[in-house]
Amino acid sequence: MSEQKPDPAAQIPPTVPQAPHPVPPAPSAADVMPPSPEQASGQPQPDAPPPAPTRRGMWADGVPDVSGYGGLTTEIVRPAGEPLPGGSWMETIGVRLDALVPGAISRVVWALGELTWHVPREKVAEVMRALRDDAHLRFEMCASISGVHYPLDAGNELHVVYHLYSYTHNRRLRVEVSCPDADPHVPSVVATYPHADWHERETWDMFGVIFDGHPALTRILMPDDWVGHPQRKDYPLGGIPVEYKGAVVPPPDQRRSYR
Amino acid sequence: MTTSENADLFAAPGEAVADRVYTAHGGDWERIVHEQSERADETLVINMGPQHPATHGVLRLILECEGETVKSLRPGIGFLHTGIEKNMEYRTWSQGSAFVTRMDYISPLFNEAVYCLAVEKLLGITDQIPERATLIRVLMMELNRISNHLVAIGTTGNELGATTVMMSGFREREIILDFFEAVTGLRMNHAYIRPGGVAVDLPETGLSQLRETIAWLEKYMPEMSLLVQENPIFKGRTMGVGVQDLTACMAMAVTGPMLRSAGYAFDLRKAQPYCGYETFDFDIPTWDTGDCYGRYRVRLAEMWESLKIVKQCADRLEATAGQPVMYTDPKFGTPADLTVGPDGQGNSHEHVRRIMGESMEALIHHFKIVTEGYRVPPGQAYVAIESPKGELGCHVVSDGGTRPYRVHMRDSGFNHLQSAPLQCEGGMISDVIMAVASIDPVMGGVDR
Repeated sequence: MSEQKPDPAAQIPPTVPQAPHPVPPAPSAADVMPPSPEQASGQPQPDAPPPAPTRRGMWADGVPDVSGYGGLTTEIVRPAGEPLPGGSWMETIGVRLDALVPGAISRVVWALGELTWHVPREKVAEVMRALRDDAHLRFEMCASISGVHYPLDAGNELHVVYHLYSYTHNRRLRVEVSCPDADPHVPSVVATYPHADWHERETWDMFGVIFDGHPALTRILMPDDWVGHPQRKDYPLGGIPVEYKGAVVPPPDQRRSYR
Repeated sequence: MTTSENADLFAAPGEAVADRVYTAHGGDWERIVHEQSERADETLVINMGPQHPATHGVLRLILECEGETVKSLRPGIGFLHTGIEKNMEYRTWSQGSAFVTRMDYISPLFNEAVYCLAVEKLLGITDQIPERATLIRVLMMELNRISNHLVAIGTTGNELGATTVMMSGFREREIILDFFEAVTGLRMNHAYIRPGGVAVDLPETGLSQLRETIAWLEKYMPEMSLLVQENPIFKGRTMGVGVQDLTACMAMAVTGPMLRSAGYAFDLRKAQPYCGYETFDFDIPTWDTGDCYGRYRVRLAEMWESLKIVKQCADRLEATAGQPVMYTDPKFGTPADLTVGPDGQGNSHEHVRRIMGESMEALIHHFKIVTEGYRVPPGQAYVAIESPKGELGCHVVSDGGTRPYRVHMRDSGFNHLQSAPLQCEGGMISDVIMAVASIDPVMGGVDR
């Protein structure tokens, strides 16, 4: 092997990816809308829409891009859904769950033929157990758990989305749980759904949601010593040098040979 | 695994080198070896993969064995993680099709189909997809199911040392891939199914080539059954191996051939039909043993059911010749509805003449859609389809922009690999190979 000049790019220390524009700090708990008592009845509510966040630019807020849309301001509207058809199973399972776990559903969204229940995070383990075990609910399978990061949804930045399926009744249900960036803790449902293990690990790996009670919450897709959670919106696409055995491989656009 | 007295070539300057250097890398390996040397019992820790021909790509299995018996097995994944879901957030909705197709690369058309169905649901155009486009989707998916099962069974044969099984499987698969190439231009990674329909209609010779493909498969597919079905070695290696009964399948959310081999005739094509599967005539094969052998019998039978659907598609495609294959809305359909010439090249002259010479609006639409893409109403959708491996789900979130806010694929291989310890622990090392092969994981889909 011939003598090589030290590559300046190799001297770059591995850096922790920084958000180009840090997310504003989460407001106090008083700003977060508490679920009103009548919303817990399993009925869809024409809930007062939270103040609509806006984003600038084409992709994520403030991320510089070359699309020419950097000055664009868009209001982010999340659909409130339609009223539930009366007497349908969507309504009855809501009533049933409310009887089993009072106050478990803070918001119901019925949109595009899909039912979504927003559940307070401290109730999620209890709700899942009831959803699996009760004969009227009987959601045997938690098909998928994944995260969605809404950096502009102050106080509820991280959402965890559970997709349940009932073989018995042939129904699908989405349960959505949110937690603030500052306190990213959600109870684990592995005790109820053993197959949730890897799905929760992936959600931790990609979004940094800590599932309390998970038997071994470790990284699953990224290397064990990786810093940061790549699928969060404040994590850049590319531009991360990769360290391996003490040497640093710079990102492709910063390698000297490609310049 | 070799030992040497030399310094570790891979060690960084100043890095402490153990007195004994194992040239096996990955995470906690050194620590495991250290613990083992202190224990001085008969337990062996074996690191299988990630570069092992029998692990279907880059799967790492950490085995703890006593003699030949596996005491514990832990799969390690992530070696093929390419950040596809993250990348999709920076590309338009149409371009997403080209990303998802690279996930599970043995059944790419299913990835595309489920992604497109989810996007169409958000757009609210599910009912307006042209019939011919849906028929072509079903045709391509079912052919893909056959080719996937051919690979699954063929590679298993290869792992048993029976290269003939693999050659037979790959030969038939190549015929199917030739058809895919004629239709989409590519053998794999097609990006053929797009939100709104499919990229291009079948070529002029498409239907005749399809008939030839069907005839070939009818003639040669029985060879696969002849090679494995009653083969005493194959039966000896697979019967009673990797057993996962129905209760365990439910606990681990196992779907697809593994669930059906445990005796439950569950198939999303029947339970929650999509793409008009309720109008096709086919059965759901099952088996009652829940072992590796049962899974192969289910897969073998499924290929014939898929061929039945393909034949029905061929007849219906003949009847719908000339109908559109893309949702016709000028604000949405372009550029996917471009007529690609028979040589598969570029924009059609017809289209270029129209936008450059005749219609200002067509030019505007073309420019807007090529540069910016179309907007998808805010909301979220989850669509699940029956892929060859089980439930393939796609969760799509839109914030109303021209790019996906979040796309998550629920790959069945990712979920099913969790069952590997359950199937292997207490068995022999050689059975690990068969159990993992019968799960049919494709690491591109598992790691995404």
